[in-house]
Amino acid sequence: MQIYLPIADLPVNVFLILAMGLAVGFISGMFGIGGGFLMTPLLIFIGVTPGVAVASVASHIAASSCSGAISYWRRKAIDPSLALMLLAGGVLGTAVGVWLFTTLRALDQLDLMIGLSYLTLLSIVGGLMVLESLRSIMRTRAGKPVVLRRPGSHIWFHGLPFKFRFKRSMIYVSAIPVWVIGFLMGFIGAIMGIGGGFLLVPMLIYLLRVPTATVIGTSMVLTMVTMASATVMHSVTNHLVDAVLALILMVGGVIGAQFGARAGHKITGEWLRLLLGLLVLLVGLRFAFQLMVQPEDLYSIRMVTP
Amino acid sequence: MMRLRLAALAALTGLALVSGPAAAERLIVSLSNHRVMVTSSFTGVDLVLFGSVERDQATVARRSGYDVVVTVTGPRVTERTRRKERVLAIWVNVESRTFVNVPSYLAVLSSKPAEAIASPDMLRRLQVGLENILLPQRIGPDIADVVRENPFRMAFLRLKKEHGLYIEKENGVTFLTPTLVRADIPLPSNAPFGIYDVDVKLFADGAMIAQSTSALEVIKVGFEQFVADAARDYGLLYGLAIAMIALLIGWFASVVFRKD
Repeated sequence: MQIYLPIADLPVNVFLILAMGLAVGFISGMFGIGGGFLMTPLLIFIGVTPGVAVASVASHIAASSCSGAISYWRRKAIDPSLALMLLAGGVLGTAVGVWLFTTLRALDQLDLMIGLSYLTLLSIVGGLMVLESLRSIMRTRAGKPVVLRRPGSHIWFHGLPFKFRFKRSMIYVSAIPVWVIGFLMGFIGAIMGIGGGFLLVPMLIYLLRVPTATVIGTSMVLTMVTMASATVMHSVTNHLVDAVLALILMVGGVIGAQFGARAGHKITGEWLRLLLGLLVLLVGLRFAFQLMVQPEDLYSIRMVTP
Repeated sequence: MMRLRLAALAALTGLALVSGPAAAERLIVSLSNHRVMVTSSFTGVDLVLFGSVERDQATVARRSGYDVVVTVTGPRVTERTRRKERVLAIWVNVESRTFVNVPSYLAVLSSKPAEAIASPDMLRRLQVGLENILLPQRIGPDIADVVRENPFRMAFLRLKKEHGLYIEKENGVTFLTPTLVRADIPLPSNAPFGIYDVDVKLFADGAMIAQSTSALEVIKVGFEQFVADAARDYGLLYGLAIAMIALLIGWFASVVFRKD
C-alpha cells in the first residue's frame, strides 16, 4: 500500500516503513538501545533526505525511550537528580545542535556532515565494542574469571568543584562532567538523529562510575527528553519532521522492542556486545562507502524557496 | 459553494477565449480539468487539452497547414543546483548556482520538432522549447541567464527531466482534423502545488499567428495537506503535538506490554 509522506515528499510503501520500525525496534529492545543509529541510515538509504530522516527519527526515539523509561521508573532504577543534572546540559546541547543543523543546511553541507559524523562515530565506537567483546570472550574461553572491573582509577575531573551527591546512584561527583556529557548527547542527538544510548551508557559507567542498577534507566530519561525537545526544535526551525513517517515508525518501533527484549535475554552479554559492535561497524562502513565512491550524478537540486 | 466553483471554472474557460491580436485565425482552447486534486494515492494524471482553430471566411487556407505548441508552466520557485567534487577522498558539494524564479514544472508539447516550426531566433524570442526557456541564475549581485552550454544550466535541465518535472514532446500535440488539436499534459506524482499557466501558440508558415492562455490549479487535499500546512505554518504547535504523541505512544506501550 503506497502512502505519500507529506514532508519527505515521497511516496513509500507503508509496510516497508512498518517493517523497518519493527526490525529496528527488535534490535533496540534486544540490545537496550534507542536504535536511532540504525533507523536514520535506513531511511536515508531508501531515499528520505538526511534532514527529514534525522528530524523524524528524533520523535521515534522519544517514543521508544519513553516506554523504556517508564518501566525502569517502576523498578526504581532511575536516579532523578542525576537525570535532571544531565538534562540541564542535554537541552542546551540539543538547542546548539539544531542551530548547527540549520546553518549547515543553508550552506548545502548538511548531508555531508551527517554522513561524516556517522562514519567517524560508528566506526570508532563499533571497532572498540568489537575489540572489547572479543577480548572478554577470549578471556572466558581461557578459563580466567571475568573481572567485573568497576574502573577505579581517579580521573582528573573528579577533582572539579560543584560536587554533588547523587543518592540513588551512590556517587559523589562534580556537576561539570555531568553537564558536559548531557550537552554532548543532546548535541549529537540533534545532528545525527540518534538517542546515543550506546555512547551514554559506557560514559556514565566508566567516567562517572554510575552503577549498572541505575545507568540504563537514567540514560533513557535523558534520551527521551532531549529527543522530544529535538522534535519540537526541528519543527520550529526547519519544518522537517514528517508526522506520517514518525507515526508509522513509532508504532513499529515500540512493538518490535518488546519482542527484541525477550530475545535479548537468551544471549550472553559478550556475544550481544559483539553483535551490536559488528552492526554499528557495518553501518559506519556503509557511510564510508557512500562518501568515497563517486556518486552516479555529481549534480543535485535543492529547492531554496517554494 | 458549487455555484462559486462553476463561476470560477467559467472565468478560467473565459480566459481561454482570449486570442492573438487582430489575427485572421482564432484559437479556442479547452482543458479536461482545471483543478487537479492530489490525495495520498495520487500517482500522476494526464490532462487532456483540446484546441480548435477558427477561421473567418476571408482567411485563405495556409499552404503548409498549422503547427501548435503547448507550454505548461508550473509555479515559480528558486532552486539551487550543486556539484560534488572529490575533496580528500570524499565527495563534497563544492560549487552551486541558484536559479531564481524558474518554473517548478514545465511541459513543452508540440505537433512537430520545434526547429521545423519556426526559425531558431523566433523560438528563442517566444521562449518555445526547454532550450529556449529563461533560467535566470544569481551571479553575484546580478540575476541573468547564461549560455546554454553552462554545465549548471545543463545539469538543472537534465535533473528536472529525470524527475519528470520538465517534459518536452515533439509529437505531444496531434491534429485530429486540420483545425482541431489534442494534447495530453502529463502531471507526475510529484507535481508541485499551485497555479499552472497553460499557453498555446498557433504557428503557420514559420510565424506565430495566434495565442491563447489558460490556467489550471494543482491542490493537495486531505490529511497530507493538513500535515504539510501545519508543519509549515504552525511549527511550534506541530512539534509539540508530535512530541506529545510520541510520549503517549511510549506510555501506552509500557502499559500494554507490562510484564509484572
